[in-house]
Amino acid sequence: MTTVLTAGLGLKPQHYEAALACPAPGLWFEVHPENYLVAGGPRLTWLEAIRARHPVSLHGVALSLAADAALDPDHLARLAALARRIEPALVSEHLAWSTWRGAYHPDLLPFPRTTEALLRIALHIGQTQEALGRRIAIENPAHYLRLDGHDWDEIDFLAELARRTGCGLLLDVNNVHVGAHNLGYSAEAYLDAFPGDAVMEIHLAGHTPDPNLGQALLIDSHDAPVAPEVWALYERLVARIGARPTLIERDDQLPEFAELLGERERAHARLDEPLAAAA
Amino acid sequence: MRGWTNRWRRPRNALRMNMDSALSRFQDGFAQALLAPDADAGLTPEIAALARQPAFAVYRNTVMKGCIDALQANYPAVARLVGEAWFRAAAAIFARERLPAQATLLNYGEAFAEFLAGFEPAADLPYLPGVARLDRCWTESHAAADEPVLAAATLAALAPEALASTVLHPHAAARWAWFDDQPIYTIWQRNRAASQDESEIEWQGEGALLARPRGAVLWAPLDAAGCAFLDACAAGLPLAAASAAALEARDDADLARLMKTLLENGAFARMSSTNKT
Repeated sequence: MTTVLTAGLGLKPQHYEAALACPAPGLWFEVHPENYLVAGGPRLTWLEAIRARHPVSLHGVALSLAADAALDPDHLARLAALARRIEPALVSEHLAWSTWRGAYHPDLLPFPRTTEALLRIALHIGQTQEALGRRIAIENPAHYLRLDGHDWDEIDFLAELARRTGCGLLLDVNNVHVGAHNLGYSAEAYLDAFPGDAVMEIHLAGHTPDPNLGQALLIDSHDAPVAPEVWALYERLVARIGARPTLIERDDQLPEFAELLGERERAHARLDEPLAAAA
Repeated sequence: MRGWTNRWRRPRNALRMNMDSALSRFQDGFAQALLAPDADAGLTPEIAALARQPAFAVYRNTVMKGCIDALQANYPAVARLVGEAWFRAAAAIFARERLPAQATLLNYGEAFAEFLAGFEPAADLPYLPGVARLDRCWTESHAAADEPVLAAATLAALAPEALASTVLHPHAAARWAWFDDQPIYTIWQRNRAASQDESEIEWQGEGALLARPRGAVLWAPLDAAGCAFLDACAAGLPLAAASAAALEARDDADLARLMKTLLENGAFARMSSTNKT
């Protein structure tokens, strides 16, 4: 049986029962694998029960692909074991670093896009794909800081990683909106230039103004509904590249499951159109 | 689609040691700036300039919030006892001293009980480290490997003469702890379960057993004899020696009742015999 993934939701323990029972066509769920890298117990039982009913995507936040140090072999082995157990529909990671000299910084940290960094990250993506025995998707980051020393444009950098490693890309439209706003470039131009063929997944999320700096700095906070501007960018993207599995991310200020499902329905309806037309 | 396996090549120069590379220097500086109290504390001019951008606070705050949220999730009984503001202030100090060693934040804070024991503002709360230890026991039990639980009937089916040489192996998810001087179990379970029970607590030694007899973590009080018994089992000693250890810890120990408690609460995974004949 082939399952067509349309729009998915981030899976939260609070919504477990509703998520398990939800019959919406094309629905899938995404989790951070780091929360499930355990030897056993209720968490894995829970994830396996969801997986028995719905496709699951593993969206890693901590492989630290952009760190200038070897990947943690233990982390990679545990991730591969989880992937064997869950048989995810998609696996993704971030263009970022978080672990450095033995300390994990729970964030997605930026770096100058140099050729040196590109070679290091390509090596890590290749190692990850080899350990998992599958293609992974790499997500474009949200930007807050003005960093000097970039040798590469971000889109060229991602496209080159895809070319060298065969990896796919995860295009986070909210990150594009937030980064374009914060650093002053065009979100539309960014989306129009993004290599559409490599996009395996799209992310949509809410953002909020920084509590101290206000509208001058938008934060990719995942604690609000997807903003109208981001929906508009999404429409523009899908019109150009076609339907791709699309995730609604909400990690904080969680509403009722039904409310998230309503947001998800909007993306689903958009994705279902071309599929229905093609059928 | 397996095309990527062929297309991926190891970059020729990427394997040399990068200790002094520009990327390593950047990451050293950035990581230092994340925890630095102000922008200029021993930072290179480039990193100091970066840290002076108002947006740098986004990274500082996210890293600290991630650590503190994880500690609050992992130590809920401690957090309820001291209140959220006190807990988060203490957790921030702990996090600055010890960032997580790995990304599975469920495992973060292994040393938190020890930290609280030496944390001066907690000196008036001598039970706090014990409560933290039981929170940690819960986490370890929750994430431990799955294995079958030894059923009472399996043990009951043994010939009486075989019992003394039988070794009971604690379940992977079983954790137990005895506290000599303080009613840690009562304090912990009231706060873990957010109980409204405010009745007087008798100030005496207490212990606890946490395990997963049926999936989720359950807990039960366990006396000094029970904890000594499980210590002996974990050391691979047969029932005769484990019973002796229990009686040494408490000479009025009721071994039949103790066995019933342990078996009902999923303390064991399997048994084996030391009798080679």
